[in-house]
Amino acid sequence: MNKRLSPRALAAISPLALLKGEPQADRVVPPTGFTARLTLFAAAAMTFLAVFALALSLATGRMAANWSQELARSSTLRISAPADQIAAQTEAALQVLETTRGVARARALTAEEQQGLLEPWFGPDLPVDSLPIPQLVEIVEDGEGYDAAGLRLRLQAEVPGAVLDDHARWRRPLVRAAERIRALGLLSLLLIGGVMAAMITLAANSALAANAQVIAVLRLVGARDEFIARAFVRRFTFRAFWGAALGMALGLAALLALPQAQAEGGFLTGLGLRGWHWIWPFVLPPVAAAVSFAATRAAARRMLGNLA
Amino acid sequence: MIELDNLAYSYGGGELLSDISLRLTPGSFHFLTGPSGAGKTTFLKLCYGALIPTAGQAVLFGQDVREMSRDDVATIRRRIGVVHQDCQFLDHLTVAENIALPLMVSGQDVEAEQQNLEELIAWCGLTQRAGALPPELSGGERQRAALARAVIMSPEVILADEPTGNVDWEMSQRLLALLVELNRMGKTVMIATHDLGLIRAAKSRVQARVLRIAKRRLQLAGADL
Repeated sequence: MNKRLSPRALAAISPLALLKGEPQADRVVPPTGFTARLTLFAAAAMTFLAVFALALSLATGRMAANWSQELARSSTLRISAPADQIAAQTEAALQVLETTRGVARARALTAEEQQGLLEPWFGPDLPVDSLPIPQLVEIVEDGEGYDAAGLRLRLQAEVPGAVLDDHARWRRPLVRAAERIRALGLLSLLLIGGVMAAMITLAANSALAANAQVIAVLRLVGARDEFIARAFVRRFTFRAFWGAALGMALGLAALLALPQAQAEGGFLTGLGLRGWHWIWPFVLPPVAAAVSFAATRAAARRMLGNLA
Repeated sequence: MIELDNLAYSYGGGELLSDISLRLTPGSFHFLTGPSGAGKTTFLKLCYGALIPTAGQAVLFGQDVREMSRDDVATIRRRIGVVHQDCQFLDHLTVAENIALPLMVSGQDVEAEQQNLEELIAWCGLTQRAGALPPELSGGERQRAALARAVIMSPEVILADEPTGNVDWEMSQRLLALLVELNRMGKTVMIATHDLGLIRAAKSRVQARVLRIAKRRLQLAGADL
């Protein structure tokens, strides 16, 4: 008999009707150990991966934002000169900078700060004083920014040893890379969701096929399609939900176990989540349940529609 | 309640049944007989909406089968109890739960019907086996459990396909007695069987009409049985 599911039957297996629960009806689906474990495992594994894809996307998004915001507002002036002229040139450079439009603040780094910057590379025992290290001047722009070319010309005339680095050269590819990684992370999330839907559809199909006798018996004794479909859909939706909750818990535990980003890392950032971003993983189990609901309902609809 | 009018049914290969007209009246008792493969099971399936006639009309409780939705068919099955030869159950539920299954799927409160359920189980002689799982039952017990499941909704019609096919003579007599008793309670009964002994045994207890499927047609068998 090729009769389609009635609209009423479809309405009855809507998410709301499903949540009401019907412990009696649930028992008609045999507790099949294998597909149950498979669905649970698939949902848990996929959610575990999704937590990382999510963390990756959020972290790279944060990184891209950090780099483009913080670095864009600052640049560095490097003054290389013989040791006896460094102080005079620094003074001259600071004067130039103070009279430059678009520069909010300019500050020469102290010897300690410079040593701090070099420490990760040379170790703490470096006698900075004895080395011909150029003086660094940190420039913070105001909202409008300055004209880099004009500033370079002025500096060339007044402070011959100064080199202006506005960071743009290496900032842009980094920001672009971070944005690409974020896009890849989001694509991974979509793929993970799709794979989970596919796996749950396969599991639901195999469960429906394996329970052909159950379905035949239920039809024989007068069960409507909505009753049969609901029993299966509910089973799989709850399985996917609990599997995803398990995967999420494990994923979060793994994230918490990651080493925290070091303060010295500066503009680098850890893979972990920050602030309200911690909410996102908790969205995953309901999403997994919704994916499973849609996948199982489609499978049940297809199967029951073709059945006598 | 079940009206068949010039009905025909053909599989891909060819016509299995043709030109069949029958009107089942309330309270009647019919046997359906004929050689194996003549189409007895197909005929019964046409009577409970599991198959749609390829020609002619099948009207169940005033509704044309062709115009019924899947839900309508499901609802009709609550008024037609069916017993198959190889009766199938939900093997993970107990016998009592299987017998109560039609109540459950039609959304009735199984708890409220508990007393009826127990009486029915006792009537079928399954009280001792109520907690067993279906695979643990003997052939006769399965048939009785299937009969109990078929009648729990108090259907108006009971269709039984070779209900005594897998059981010994004594058990087939018990099953027949249960069906005759249901008929006395006003139910319409149709039993498909090729067991002429069963038909003879029934004739002394109930006024039964015997239909025979031969050469694709349904005929009223004479008094020769």
